[in-house]
Amino acid sequence: MISRKAQDRRMYLPTQDAIDCDVHPAVPSTKALLPYFHEYWQEAIVTRGIDRLNLDLTSYPPGAPLSARADWRPAKGPPGGDLEQTRRQALDAFGSRIAILNCLHAGQVLHSEDMGAAFCRAINDWLAKEWLDREPRFRASIVIPTQNPELAVEEIERRAEDKRFVQVLMLAGDEMPLGRRHYWPIYRAAERHGLPIGIHAGSNYRHAPTPGGWPSYYLEDYVSYAGAFESALLSLVAEGVFVKFPQLKAVFIESGFTWLPACLWRFEKTWRGVRMEIPWVDRPPAAIVRDHIRFTLQPVDAPPRAEQLVRVLEQMGSDRLLLFSTDYPHWQFEGGAALPPEISGARARRILVDNPLETYPRLAETLQPMEKERLS
Amino acid sequence: MTIDVLERNPKAETRLTVIDCDIHPTMGSLSDLNPWLSKRWQQHIVTYGELVRQGLAKTLSHPRMQPAVSRADAWPPNGGLPGSHLPFMQEQHLDPNGVAFGVLQPLRPNGNSQRNLEFGAALSAALNEWQLEHWTGRDKRLKGSIAVTQEWPEAAIKEIERHAGNPDFIQISLPPRSDEPLGRRRYWPIYRAAVEHGLPIGLHVSGVNGHTSTASGSPSFYIEEHHNNVQSMQGLVTSLVLEGVFEEFPSLEVVLIEGGFGWVPALSWRLDRHWAKMRDEVPHVKRPPSEYIREHIWYTTQPIEEPENPADLIHLFDWIGWDRLLFSTDYPHWDFDDPHTVFKVKLTDAQKRQLFSENAARLYGLG
Amino acid sequence: MTRHVVATVGEIAPGSSKLVTVKGRDIAIFNVGGSYFAFFDRCPHAGGSLCRGSIVRPADVTEPGTYKLAADRLMLRCPWHGWQFDLHTGEAWCDPTTLKARNYPAMVESGAQLTKGPYVAETFPVSVDHDYVLIEI
Repeated sequence: MISRKAQDRRMYLPTQDAIDCDVHPAVPSTKALLPYFHEYWQEAIVTRGIDRLNLDLTSYPPGAPLSARADWRPAKGPPGGDLEQTRRQALDAFGSRIAILNCLHAGQVLHSEDMGAAFCRAINDWLAKEWLDREPRFRASIVIPTQNPELAVEEIERRAEDKRFVQVLMLAGDEMPLGRRHYWPIYRAAERHGLPIGIHAGSNYRHAPTPGGWPSYYLEDYVSYAGAFESALLSLVAEGVFVKFPQLKAVFIESGFTWLPACLWRFEKTWRGVRMEIPWVDRPPAAIVRDHIRFTLQPVDAPPRAEQLVRVLEQMGSDRLLLFSTDYPHWQFEGGAALPPEISGARARRILVDNPLETYPRLAETLQPMEKERLS
Repeated sequence: MTIDVLERNPKAETRLTVIDCDIHPTMGSLSDLNPWLSKRWQQHIVTYGELVRQGLAKTLSHPRMQPAVSRADAWPPNGGLPGSHLPFMQEQHLDPNGVAFGVLQPLRPNGNSQRNLEFGAALSAALNEWQLEHWTGRDKRLKGSIAVTQEWPEAAIKEIERHAGNPDFIQISLPPRSDEPLGRRRYWPIYRAAVEHGLPIGLHVSGVNGHTSTASGSPSFYIEEHHNNVQSMQGLVTSLVLEGVFEEFPSLEVVLIEGGFGWVPALSWRLDRHWAKMRDEVPHVKRPPSEYIREHIWYTTQPIEEPENPADLIHLFDWIGWDRLLFSTDYPHWDFDDPHTVFKVKLTDAQKRQLFSENAARLYGLG
Repeated sequence: MTRHVVATVGEIAPGSSKLVTVKGRDIAIFNVGGSYFAFFDRCPHAGGSLCRGSIVRPADVTEPGTYKLAADRLMLRCPWHGWQFDLHTGEAWCDPTTLKARNYPAMVESGAQLTKGPYVAETFPVSVDHDYVLIEI
């Protein structure tokens, strides 16, 4: 039994084809977004001083250790705010072929549906122009205003033709459980366009993060985010989202995954006795999850002993579930150790390349022909 | 095709000593508590009744799957609700299942969730007397849990002190779904009283606190609400650890009842990993969270985890600690675990003794 | 395999059940609309007594938010965890390929036919005037 500490060593990726499924660009300031708003909003934002407001998310206080690994923290501006730095530290350092940008922003948290939608639209325009246009290795998730599913669908329709947008982004903590029919217009649109739903750690905090109320500490909140994913999984499956939208996939981003086996065992056990309540779930929940839900790799939330992680990976019950990610610039690992030593060989290749390609059909479409050939 | 059939008569096999750490005695109606309620509260039950943080006054918001949440065969033949008739409980469960001790968890009324705190305190006090009169006083195998109003610590401490010296009570009962996470300082006086009197805190899945069972609101279905008991327990453990409750109260023992235990290893790992990065936010937490969890927290086994590969149950026990698990049946509820069939893996006699009785005997000072 | 008389016709009312012991095993006998079904009494999940279970129609649904009961299928629902088993095949509703409640052929025979044999009636005097429920085990 070798402890993880002994095995931890600087270790980059065994391939140049990796697809990093979670990198965080940051909007440097509302001023930087201003050119991308409709003139009505430009006027309102300036007149009301919204451009002077601090729109930091409760989910990611910029100064918190998690929000930026020390060597990834920029000299100034928010973590992930500098394209050049992101290119160097996320793409070049790991030799990743592609990185998918997940931009977390207050636009998804504001109570006003219309203001939220305006921000999301501006953010997506900004991402296209200032990130995707400048670096061919970047792809992005469409930031949508889940405050109003119809407006969210409009935003999806607006972006769908740009194949560099490969996913629809939601937060794990939202107004209603994510499987609810309230959100189905979003899932319908995403399925139609071949876009997975990317559900990212964090919350708009419409509700207390835990059933026992509001935690005292950021650390406590962050740990609870895995629980939000577990509830989201239950909701998506129980409500029949994947029955209604059989082509749809959901990606749990920065969710952790070591909690999954125990979740599936319990869900399955309960379903066998409670099936009549959700009769459209006519096959085992674990099978539905293995077909439709994916999990980015970081944070691994690894056990202390290597053989425990090996065991958990087997318990996952499918080698199709994990998608490589660095979660740059969040601090989840040291140096280049994005891929745990327990993951190697064919399994590593699945996680680094094949699973992301299967999950994001648009990736293969937008790769250069030379790359496509190398990867096939 | 594999056929899973229990051919042998398992009841004839082992003479296992069993300590059942979760039994639900039931009353017919709240007026059963009248002998221990003032006229004011007797009247209050009839007029204003229960006032809790949800739309339904007397029924949990997600209807369950079986009448009275119970096994269909647990209705006493002479009438009354499952769990309401001691002789039938003895005949159907305590005697044939070799129960040496049974730990009571009355779920109704929930004095701990009443918005009217005085009413809640009166209900809790009456409930404790009811346990003594109808249950522990009539079958020496049964032990009670002291119901208290955690949102009114002064009253809770009074109630604890009233019963702490009585060996018929072996723990203090708190609901995981309290107004605030239970690690917060407002609840510390209760923990102080608990350690002063050497009583564990027993936390059975329960509580109506106005918070939803998920971070995204209230789920549609009972299957979700039931599963979210896991999130309830995870939040509770995280709060106790990160607020430093176990630093302040190094001898406090905490029992999580009916929350399952499959989630424990992954939570411990996640807590350790992120605490290592952000321990400066919680400097009072001096050791890795998993150590506090390992040393202070116990789990009843029901509802038993049923991994796809049954051998993974052994891994769970290894990872959590064989000494932390307490067998329970949840009698008379529908998701009852029978001691003869609960563990679908081969256990050594020593392991069986640990799970079925020795751990509980050690924790509760029984036998 | 031998045939055992377990009840007289009429003894078990439609919609109810009787627990018998045959060859040392507890067997639950159900009368469902005049047809008889026999199951090993212990549920394969955790040993609950199937005799105390109920006969239910399972759901037959493909669309979320719709609710329809199967027209032509019945399940035996365990009184404990509610797991359901096909009344005819014993297959578990939720795991038909690997989980089954053991069941036995049950049939009705007239006393006149029966007295010609073969059958076992450990506790049953058989008369030509009655009809009987038998199981094959």
